[in-house]
Amino acid sequence: MGYRSSVDIHTEWDIVAARQLGRNEAKKVGFGTVDQARITTAISELARNIYLYAGAGKIEIERLNENDLFGIAIIASDEGPGIPDVRKVMEDGYSTSGGLGAGMPGVKRLMDDFRVDTEKGKGTKITAVKWLR
Amino acid sequence: MPQQTETEYKEILRQYLENQSEQNLYMGEAFSRKLIEKDISPEEVISIHKSALKDVLPGLPSKVWHSFDFLIEMMIRYGLALKEHQSLVKRQEEMQLEMEVASKVQETLLKTKIPVVEGMDLGYVTVPSRTMSGDYIYFVGNDMDEAGVAVADVMGKGIPAALCMSMVKFGMDSVQHSSEGPSGVLSVINRIVEKSVNDSMFVTMMYGRYDAKSSTFSYASAGHEPALHYVASENRFVELDAKGLLLGVSPDARYEEGSVALERGDFIAIMTDGVTEARTPEGFVEKDTILEIISSVKDRPAQEMAEHVFAELDRMQGFRLQDDFSLVILKKE
Repeated sequence: MGYRSSVDIHTEWDIVAARQLGRNEAKKVGFGTVDQARITTAISELARNIYLYAGAGKIEIERLNENDLFGIAIIASDEGPGIPDVRKVMEDGYSTSGGLGAGMPGVKRLMDDFRVDTEKGKGTKITAVKWLR
Repeated sequence: MPQQTETEYKEILRQYLENQSEQNLYMGEAFSRKLIEKDISPEEVISIHKSALKDVLPGLPSKVWHSFDFLIEMMIRYGLALKEHQSLVKRQEEMQLEMEVASKVQETLLKTKIPVVEGMDLGYVTVPSRTMSGDYIYFVGNDMDEAGVAVADVMGKGIPAALCMSMVKFGMDSVQHSSEGPSGVLSVINRIVEKSVNDSMFVTMMYGRYDAKSSTFSYASAGHEPALHYVASENRFVELDAKGLLLGVSPDARYEEGSVALERGDFIAIMTDGVTEARTPEGFVEKDTILEIISSVKDRPAQEMAEHVFAELDRMQGFRLQDDFSLVILKKE
């Protein structure tokens, strides 16, 4: 386990705070400008989903160090309605995206590892990891 | 990102900044093709540009460098949109391939053999407007003195229509004997379709049977396009229609049966609405026009007649069929 910090998401402005935290941590890990932008875009997307679909939740950022690998994890969690059909949400061209390259497939592409845990009525936890190369 | 790409980019950029010639731009264009081939995203291209510029024009004010970071932020979603697009294109190619395989399967499924009956000449054309067809033609016969012909049209097009149509095909497989009467055949198929196809699917069908011994053509229709009987002695067309509900609406539907005697030179044309509702940019093709086309080739063999009518209507529609096209010609020699 590395260093972990978090931002609560209640309003749209909290998305900015989550981005800022993510960018600072990404810089500390040693990510370049392009990867910083990718990580913050992923945070935007996840934080916006919390804000739009769950109402409230939090974004946690964790610096990772496993053996010789350094990386960053974004953990987005909420106690919202849950995702009814994860497979569908992971499909390209589905709902929010509509050719804009956003949505869950977008986050998956921006990061290296991606994991969704969701339960109907209980909430969703999404973990996305990017490794420094 | 490979060091070599950056070095090459820097060199092309440096030359352009010095000369600003079209040749330099052309080299840039060629290089961008390479970047796309290597799957380098838009945000990476800007990052390459920024670091190349740092070597070529080191003395720029810091705000200029920050502006590149801003541009990188701008490009992330373009990169994602591009990736999504690529993945959708790939998925479409896979689906296209599946459709082609499915259409081959359908072709095999739809194979039918024209029966040989004394004194009767049969010909037909069936062409789908898309990859898969919702029209169905099937012949039954004893290769002596009887022949049955089924023409069905599933409303809708493409895969749903094709799937529904295979039900009709399996139904027809149970009608092996050409001696079965038209209304009996439709009742059997109706029960099968009613059981296995959902309510939003409708199928129209006409079944006709020719008996060489009596030279009569008997028929029944499940809401299908009327057939045409060309009466050679009077040089005119008579519509053949019989009352009957579309297939699959009610399990107890009854089908009225009609019959006509055929004289030498008479023929019957059974078709789907792809023939009667042919559309050109100016609107529907007039019924009289279709009758004219058919009668202009009335002295040719049945197969040639069907092919000619198709070729004419296809041409009139700019070689882009609006609907599946099927036509059967049954001619008394």
